[in-house]
Formats: sequence, structure tokens, C-alpha cells
Amino acid sequence: MVSAESRAMLAKSAETAAAKAGRTLRLSETKPGDHGVIVEVRAGSHSGGHGVAVDELQRRLLEFGFVEGAQIEVLHEGAIWRDPIAVRLDDMRIGLRRRDAEGVWIRLDAK
Amino acid sequence: MTDVPLPTARVALVGNPNSGKTALFNALTGSRQKVANYAGVTVERKEGQIATASGRSLSVLDLPGTYSLRARSPDEVVTRDAVLGKLSGEAPPDVLICVADATNLRLVLRLILELKAVGRPMVLALNMFDIAQRQGLRIDLEGLSREIGCPIVTTVATRKRGIEDLVAQVENLIASGVLSTDNIWREPDAGQIRDAHREAQRILKGNVRAPERPDTFTGKVDSVLLHPFAGLAILFTLLFVMFQAVFTWSKAVGDLMSDGFGALGASLVAHLPAGILTSFLTEGLISGVGSVLVFLPQILVLFFFIILLEDFGYMARAAFLMDRIMGGAGLHGRAFIPLLSSFACAIPGIMSTRVIDNRRDRLTTIMVAPLMTCSARIPVYTLIISAFIPNTKVAGVLSLPGLVMFGLYASGILSALGVSFITRRLLWRGAVEPFLMELPAYKLPDPLNVARSLYLRAQIFITRAGTIILPMMILVWFLSSFPGAPAGATDPAINYSLAGRIGHLLQPVLGPIGFNWQMTVALIPGFAAREVAVAALGTVYAIGNSDAHPGALATTLQHHWSIATGLAFLAWYVFAPQCASTIGVVKRETNSWLWPAIMLIYMTTLAYLAALVVYQVARVCGLG
Ligand SMILES: Nc1nc2c(ncn2[C@@H]2O[C@H](COP(=O)(O)OP(=O)(O)O)[C@@H](O)[C@H]2O)c(=O)[nH]1
Repeated sequence: MVSAESRAMLAKSAETAAAKAGRTLRLSETKPGDHGVIVEVRAGSHSGGHGVAVDELQRRLLEFGFVEGAQIEVLHEGAIWRDPIAVRLDDMRIGLRRRDAEGVWIRLDAK
Repeated sequence: MTDVPLPTARVALVGNPNSGKTALFNALTGSRQKVANYAGVTVERKEGQIATASGRSLSVLDLPGTYSLRARSPDEVVTRDAVLGKLSGEAPPDVLICVADATNLRLVLRLILELKAVGRPMVLALNMFDIAQRQGLRIDLEGLSREIGCPIVTTVATRKRGIEDLVAQVENLIASGVLSTDNIWREPDAGQIRDAHREAQRILKGNVRAPERPDTFTGKVDSVLLHPFAGLAILFTLLFVMFQAVFTWSKAVGDLMSDGFGALGASLVAHLPAGILTSFLTEGLISGVGSVLVFLPQILVLFFFIILLEDFGYMARAAFLMDRIMGGAGLHGRAFIPLLSSFACAIPGIMSTRVIDNRRDRLTTIMVAPLMTCSARIPVYTLIISAFIPNTKVAGVLSLPGLVMFGLYASGILSALGVSFITRRLLWRGAVEPFLMELPAYKLPDPLNVARSLYLRAQIFITRAGTIILPMMILVWFLSSFPGAPAGATDPAINYSLAGRIGHLLQPVLGPIGFNWQMTVALIPGFAAREVAVAALGTVYAIGNSDAHPGALATTLQHHWSIATGLAFLAWYVFAPQCASTIGVVKRETNSWLWPAIMLIYMTTLAYLAALVVYQVARVCGLG
């Protein structure tokens, strides 16, 4: 699962910033420097294995401010499997694992 | 408080984590605080008293920080139930003080909306107002107050600014007779959380203008501290410095204390008639309490660093950096701090697992915490290493004893990771709790705040550990002292006691791992605390005052033990649950005997197997 994910991310990193602008993708697939707007926070779009039910994960994300319309920027990522990620969400900073970020869809801005 | 004419009013503090709630609680109540546990749960209950200018007394309850009343951890359940007035054994609060970080209002506004639904009178304390002003943040206090329908007081908890105002506002609410309205709070679903955010966003937009000089410091620092590689390097350097400090700074004080307890015991022996009472006082009580208190300096130094880093805002980053490393073994990033504390002593480590929301994550952390090399193992390791490991250099620079010590630490860490990995695989397959954590803005720690937190930690450790450790110590003393030696006995008295008999009984079982009966007997009092085994070995080998002459004991052991036995003893001590107090704390924290029983069994099994392998391999290598 991780390797497929990271392969997809590697492929994406080859794209130019201009081509990325306006694209919609999962927060779990972003890389540092990406910024945009959250367009949807879904329940049940991830691959399972969470300690909590999917709608519970969705509610937790919402409670932390991952809501539609919020400004988001990916700031940092961890050393191992580029996980977890740190994001700026409106005026807060939040750290989360990529697997928990799968339900968050963002539309990238132009650089 | 019977001489106060007005009845005591109950106030509860609620707020997001990192809002400065603890600092505000300290500013409000000063030193009139009491720390205990809530009935039936192991959540810390902090309460303090305020005597107001008008002669009323307020009792302030500090509730665990939360983002929502939809409780997820045991801590948050307490907050929810206390706010709702449903906590058993706890009267509902008359007034709520909601503490907010003025520079970070979005999430707390949503919490405020939830709190409003509960219907209790409330005051909003806009804390960190100094930072808000420095940033040039414009907040329309009147407008905001109108929107959320409750009075607002700006505070700077660390400078004690706005505290009198806050108390006055609380009194106002009580005096004006505002009563609780009906509770219409219900657990929100996803749609309602979205609505609440929209409402919070609207309120924010209408009343708060973006800062003129936003905080750029945090971003800059993060680009170094959260750098994938530099960040980890810095974290490990910090840890290294911390452990250096723990063992060098605190050593002098710890030694002084253990000398002090030794002297106290000796003077009692000199002045009291020999007998059971003296034996109980010196060997049971004083050496028992002493053997725990000598770790206090180390624990305090460790906690000093932890509190400092926590107040600075670094601990969330450490959890972030370590998450994947620990996650590989099935541990939560938040388990980092408890496991770190366990290097000083597993007891505060296990107590601090309360920050972990999820029960499974918390239990896994509790179960592996005693595998971290706590400082009580050091005297045992030092004794055996000095007796059996030649002080030579490896590859010209590294000292062999140092390498062995390092190996023992590493075995502890690796086995902890292994055990949690297996626990995850066997017991709780797959299910991994989400990891979502706010990374707060960096702040310079306030010295007074740090000092106070440290004092509180010490107090909690002493009282909590004391109530568990003392009975255990007395039990172990009893086992090792009764029945006494018969007249004309030649062997040490412990040999005739219950502990001695148990030791002899167990000897055949421990024979295959190279333990003789003296060692087996010494293990029983050693169950009180690991380092007590050193003194116990001194007792069974009849070496008076082994603490003062560790060299003599090491020489004796060299004569009586083979190298294989010495190594097996080391291996045993990496794993063996030789600490009754830890078991007691696990019982307390998990509220059941199941987990301490599992811990006892798995650690003993590991210890036995490790010692067996080490002993047999060493014999094959000709060290028997
Ligand atoms: N500048 C400033 N710092 C504060 C204030 N209140 C708290 N702090 C600091 O904020 C950090 C977190 O405070 P703490 O009370 O531990 O937060 P809690 O997690 O809500 O209990 C600590 O470093 C405090 O010293 C304040 O009003 N102004």
C-alpha cells in the first residue's frame, strides 16, 4: 500500500507547478510546498485498518479544522516514507499521518 | 472554609490544549492546589481555592484540555462529564471559565459553541493576550462578547495579568444569579461540526482582524527542527544531552541522599535496642523509602527537560519526528514521552501514558515501558560489569564495560519495540489509531511556570509512588525477616526466612540459567526495587555494608560465580519485572489485575529465556 502510494507521489513530483495548479488531489498525495483549498472531507475513502470507524475519522478531521473552504499548505514531511506530514491549516499548524489524510481532497493553487 | 459567609462556588476551567490553561490555573489558585485522582478513573484531578476580595471562596477545578465535548480519551471523558455535571462524586460547576489562546481562536470558538449548548454561565478568558498585542492582532472584544453571549476577560496567565478581572467577572455571574439553562448539547455529527465551523468562521471574520505582524518565528524554527534529517539529528542530540544531564547532574544529589538514608538507618541502629522494631524501621521503612527517593533527583532532572521542551512547544514536534519510527513497532508517536520518562523510572513513565487517547495504544505503551533501562538497574549493571567484564579497550578506543552497558540499554529498547510489534500483531491486528496533532506556536518557557510544574511533578511522584511503594517494601521486608534465624545459626539470617525458603524452593528452576541459591534468595528482596538486589547479594554473602564497599562484593562474586552466571544475571535484569512498585502502578493505571499479571508473566518468561540462552551459550564458549 505504501509503496504504491509513494510511487504515485514520485510520479507527481515530476510535474511542473503550473501543470499542478487547479488539480484536485488527496491531501495524502501532496508534497511540501503544495498549497490550496480543501474542497471535500470524505468519510470512508481510505483503505481501512484504522482504529476508529470511518465517520469517526471524518469527524476528528473536521474538528481539527479540516473543513471545506479552509486554506491549506503542506509544510514538512517525515524522513521515513515521507510520513507524517505537517500542514498549515488556516492559521494553525497540524501534524498528521498520510493514511489519515486520505479523505481530505484539496484543489491546488497556482504557485 | 466555614468562617466564610457566602457559600463556596464551583468553577471549572475548560479549553483547548496549549491555551495556557495550566498557567492560568496556577495564576488563579497559587499554591492552594490539591492533586488527586477522580473516583474510579486515573485522570488527575487538580483543584484549587481562591478567596475573593468580597470574601467569597471559589473552588476551581482544572479540567483536561480538549477540542470538543465529544470525548475520546479517558481525560476528555472527564472534561465532558464534569462540564455536563454528570461526573459521579463531583458536584456540577456553577460557572465555566473557557480558556482560549487569543492568537488561535478558530477551534476554541467551536468548543465555545458546544459549551454554550450546555447552558452553564460562562466567562471567556482570552489568554496569551500579550502575544496577541505583540502581533498586532485586533480583536473587537465587545462584538465578540455579544456574539458568543458571555463576558470576556483578557489575561496573560504567565504574568498574572487580568486575573483579578477574571475572578471579578466570575463573581458577577454568581452574584447576578444567572442560572444554568437547559442542557441542549448533543454529540454533533459531521454536518453539525461543519455548521459550527462555519459559524465560528463568521464570528472570527466579524470580530478579529488578521495580525499585522504574524508569528514568523515558528515557521523558521520548524524548517530546521522538522527537517526530515536535521530534525532527527537534533532530536537525538537533545536526548543525548538530556541523559548526560540526568546521570551527571543528579548523581551527586542522589549519592548524598542515599548516604543520608544510610546514616539515618545506622544512627537508629546505634540508638535503638536491636529487635524487630529497629529492623523494621531501618531495613523496611528507611531503606525502602530511601531506595525510591534517591531516584527523585534523576526524575526531576528528566522532568525539568521534558517540561521545558513541552512549554517551548517542542514535544509535539518530537512526537511528529518519532511517529514513523515508533509506528513501525506499532507504537503511537505520543508514546515517545512516556517511554522517555521510563529511562529514569517506569513509574512516572506509566503515569504519563494518559496523554494517549486510545486504550490499545496506551496499554501497549504501559506494557513495554518497564523494558526501558530505568536508573534502578544501573547499580546492578555496574556491580556485575565491574566484577566480570575486563576493563579493556575494544578497537583501541571504546571501553569494553561501556560497550556492555550500551548493549544493555540497546537490548531494552529493541525488546520494547519487538514486544509492542508482537502485541500489535497478535492482539490488536491492524487497527491503528489516527495521528492528528496540533503543532503549537513556539514560546519561550516561563521560569516560574516551569518551576511550579516541576514541583507538582515531584509532589505527585512522592505521594503516588509512596502509597504504592511503601506497602510493597514492608511486605518484602517481612518476607526477608520472618521467621528469624534459630539460635546458633551460622548462615545469614535471610536464609532462614520466608524469602530464603522461597529462594531454595525456586533454585531447581533457576539452576539451568546458572543461578545458585544465594542469587535466588537475593532475587526476593530484589523484588522491592531492582537496586535492592545489590544490597541483598551483600546480605546473603554476609558482606556487611556492601553499599560502602562495592569493590568487596564484586570480588566475592568473582570467586563464587562463573562469568556465564554473571552474564546470565545481567540478561535476567534486562527483562525481569523486578519491581513491585511498577506492578502496583500498572494495576492502578489499568484498573485491573489482568495487565499486571500479563506483564509479570511475559517479562519473567523473557528474562528466563534470555538468561538461559546467555548462560548456555557462554558455557559452550568456555566461560562456565
Ligand atoms: N506569553 C504568554 N505565554 C503563556 C501565557 N499563558 C501560558 N503561556 C505559555 O504557554 C505554554 C503552554 O501553557 P500551558 O499552561 O502549559 O498550556 P495548557 O496545555 O493549556 O495547560 C507555556 O509555555 C506557558 O508558559 C500567556 O498568557 N502569555
